Amino acid sequence: MTAPLLDVQGLSKRFGGLTATDSVDLTLPEGELHALIGPNGAGKTTLISQLVGALPHDSGSIKLAGEEIGQLPVWKRVHRGLGRTFQITQLLPDFTALDTVMLAVQSRHGHSFRFFADARRNRAIRSEAAQYLDQVGLAPRAQARVGDLAQGERKQLELAAALAGKPRLLLLDEPMAGLGTAESQQMIGQLAALKGKITMLIVEHDMEAVFTLADRVSVLVYGKVIAQGDVEAIKNNEDVRTAYLGEGDV
Amino acid sequence: MTSEALHASTAAKPSMGWRWLLAAIVAALLVALPFAVRSFGYESFTGLATQVLIYGIAALSLNLILGYGGMVSFGHAAFFGVGAYAVGILYYHMADDSLFLGLVPGTDAMLITLPAAMIVAGLVAAIIGGFSLRTGGVQFIMITLAFAQMLFFLFVSLDTYGGDDGLIMRRRDVLPFLDTRDPTTFYYLCLAAAALWLGVTYCLVRSRFGFVLNGMRQNENRMAAMGYAPYPYKLVAFVIAGMGAGLAGALMANYLRFASPDMLHWTKSGELMMMVILGGAGTLFGPLLGAAALVILEAVLTAYTENWQLPLGIILLAIVLFSHGGIVALVRRFLPDKP
Amino acid sequence: MLVLEQILNGIQFGIALFLMSAGLTLIFGIMGVINLTHGSLYMVGAYAAAIVAAKTGSALLALLAGLAGAAVAGVVIEALVIRRLYARDHLDQVLATFALILIINQTATMLFGRQPLFVAMPPALSHSVTLLPGLVYPVYRLVVIGVGLLVAIGLALLINRTRIGMLVRAGATSREMVRALGVDIRLLYTVVFGLGALLAGLAGAMAGPIIAVQVGMGEQILILAFVVVVIGGVGSVRGAFYGALLAGLIDTLLRAFLPGLLRQVMTGSGADALGAGLSSMGVYLLMAIVLLLRPKGLFVKQS
Repeated sequence: MTAPLLDVQGLSKRFGGLTATDSVDLTLPEGELHALIGPNGAGKTTLISQLVGALPHDSGSIKLAGEEIGQLPVWKRVHRGLGRTFQITQLLPDFTALDTVMLAVQSRHGHSFRFFADARRNRAIRSEAAQYLDQVGLAPRAQARVGDLAQGERKQLELAAALAGKPRLLLLDEPMAGLGTAESQQMIGQLAALKGKITMLIVEHDMEAVFTLADRVSVLVYGKVIAQGDVEAIKNNEDVRTAYLGEGDV
Repeated sequence: MTSEALHASTAAKPSMGWRWLLAAIVAALLVALPFAVRSFGYESFTGLATQVLIYGIAALSLNLILGYGGMVSFGHAAFFGVGAYAVGILYYHMADDSLFLGLVPGTDAMLITLPAAMIVAGLVAAIIGGFSLRTGGVQFIMITLAFAQMLFFLFVSLDTYGGDDGLIMRRRDVLPFLDTRDPTTFYYLCLAAAALWLGVTYCLVRSRFGFVLNGMRQNENRMAAMGYAPYPYKLVAFVIAGMGAGLAGALMANYLRFASPDMLHWTKSGELMMMVILGGAGTLFGPLLGAAALVILEAVLTAYTENWQLPLGIILLAIVLFSHGGIVALVRRFLPDKP
Repeated sequence: MLVLEQILNGIQFGIALFLMSAGLTLIFGIMGVINLTHGSLYMVGAYAAAIVAAKTGSALLALLAGLAGAAVAGVVIEALVIRRLYARDHLDQVLATFALILIINQTATMLFGRQPLFVAMPPALSHSVTLLPGLVYPVYRLVVIGVGLLVAIGLALLINRTRIGMLVRAGATSREMVRALGVDIRLLYTVVFGLGALLAGLAGAMAGPIIAVQVGMGEQILILAFVVVVIGGVGSVRGAFYGALLAGLIDTLLRAFLPGLLRQVMTGSGADALGAGLSSMGVYLLMAIVLLLRPKGLFVKQS
């Protein structure tokens, strides 16, 4: 029996008197697409931030492929195989889309303390980066300045940059946020295409997307996982319905 | 929050052809300068131009961490002054026939003093950067300022090396085959050094290292999420910048035959930042243009009034508040854009 | 006894640093603005008090003049320059306020000349008291310490017990939060900036009889105030208080005793110069140590 790719046990985080993350357990086998849902303020982004290492956790353990990564800084976790996209896109406004993905690829090609050759002319890195842009459908916008990209394109770029790191586990924080209907469909399609190839943990509010894509779902309310199971089980779960909407359909 | 000052680096760039043509013209003018001014009878301009080149190197080095790296270092003059004192102290011990710290003999060979100044400045930068880069934002600015001021007090307190009055060198350091005492020769030496440092900066900025550094400036979170540790890259950039400032300081000590604590004063750091902004932060040639602008501006204003800092301050304030991207941005407006 | 006297001197210097750095730390923490002209407000306070003291001979009027002068200067600077810098990044703020210092200092030189002004001690406070057998200490300095402690207590009450103080505390931890709560951010900024200006003016006004009033005095204390803010932690008034006292004590004690110690091992004038230099470095070395152990300052949560 293979160890789960992501094994989170008892993860907790407090801000003064407020418990943002309440002893969360989460286990993801390799290849699973796991959705994390919950009402606003439930602590979903806080949880992602702790998994990624941007926020230190107070207690609990985070294991990636059996290795404890809880004490590692963000960039080290990335090299261990973690990738993330940001809810509010964090991009490099002065660079082009291609530059951005090239940097992500370059990061996998050893250290960057090289001082002489022109980085943008490196054919190998350039073509690899172009492939990732193509994969998410951004090829026509490769030379566009990131600051000029539309919201949907920014989300696509986040995905391309994350994929360029060849992650084993991809954490996506609201990949659909701010997208129109057509763009959402496109993003859902892309994530569906990745399903099974990369293990993914997706935070989302878009229920249609969640129920289309997810293998299993965890529901987070006030920092606590109140329900965890496959899509059908979650849809029919009383606690989930109450927590989300009082009563009524999801 | 945006920095208008960094606007120049992101504005539309004119085509490469025009930029290189302009650069070539300026380079030619610089090479011809000593002869041109001699024929007009303005020999002292060569000295002014030499100062422009020296400060240009210092400003170029600051631009690396400030313009490209986004690190607002308010203590860059420390490395400038350390470089100057390295030269001064080595000269002193040579003239005195004594050993520095009882170990190191003095010398006035420029082939040794210039690299030595760069190495010492680099070491100091490694230490100061090592501490300062653990922080960011407002603290980083204050800490770099504080460390530079600390070094200022250190040099003021060293009576042997002149203390408050500074350290005088009877003669410039020597080079084989060349007479460094000749103003024209020294000018060409500084021109060569400036060209060299410009070339180094050009390579750095386009390299993988510069690529990462620029990314760090724009969004550290994004860079971390792509697997880059911020601290090592920033520290290396900081040290390289320190070495550049050290080279400039060493040349200045030779030019003036004088090293003084004022070269480390925080107002000197402010002047260097002004040069970077005036010219256009985050651009390749900006710092040189900014150095020229500030040195010439100061020279002109000093000729008119004893209270030259007042109009200087007003001009600088106006530029920071109202201009977008300095001289480089201004020049670009007049050049044809990329086809 | 000499040690006790120097300790009191250190505390008194620390009080002056506290008045400067309390304002600075709030301005950094809440407004996010680097303002180099804070030192100029100190200088304005000192000059205003010195001039009024010379003209009227009244210590009280001089003090009020110092406060008023700094307040007026603060209002003018804020309205003309600082206001335009809120949306800009730190680099622009540094450069703009640096240019402003050039303007202010040169104007002051044109108005008052380069010679330092010596301010006479107010007659009522110019004697000394015997605190302990063998320890005679100037009353004026005790008054300065007393005023500073009163201000510290007042600030603590203001910040911990009033609504404005609550906003200040909230703003120091999260500027965005305060804005999101719909608080009038302009009012908060005005209060913080005004408070900072008054404190700087107070420090300057009280400094007159103790140190020479001259152009450039503002920047000297400003840099030390920066160091105190770093040591104490940005946004923490408590940090400013303890950091300032610590810095004041270390600086004063080093200056008082280090040259003597050095003279045991080196010749006269070299020891004095080196002693003075190393003493000046003391506070910065303290800052370096704090940075190693607690990069965000002593009284701020390290993340």
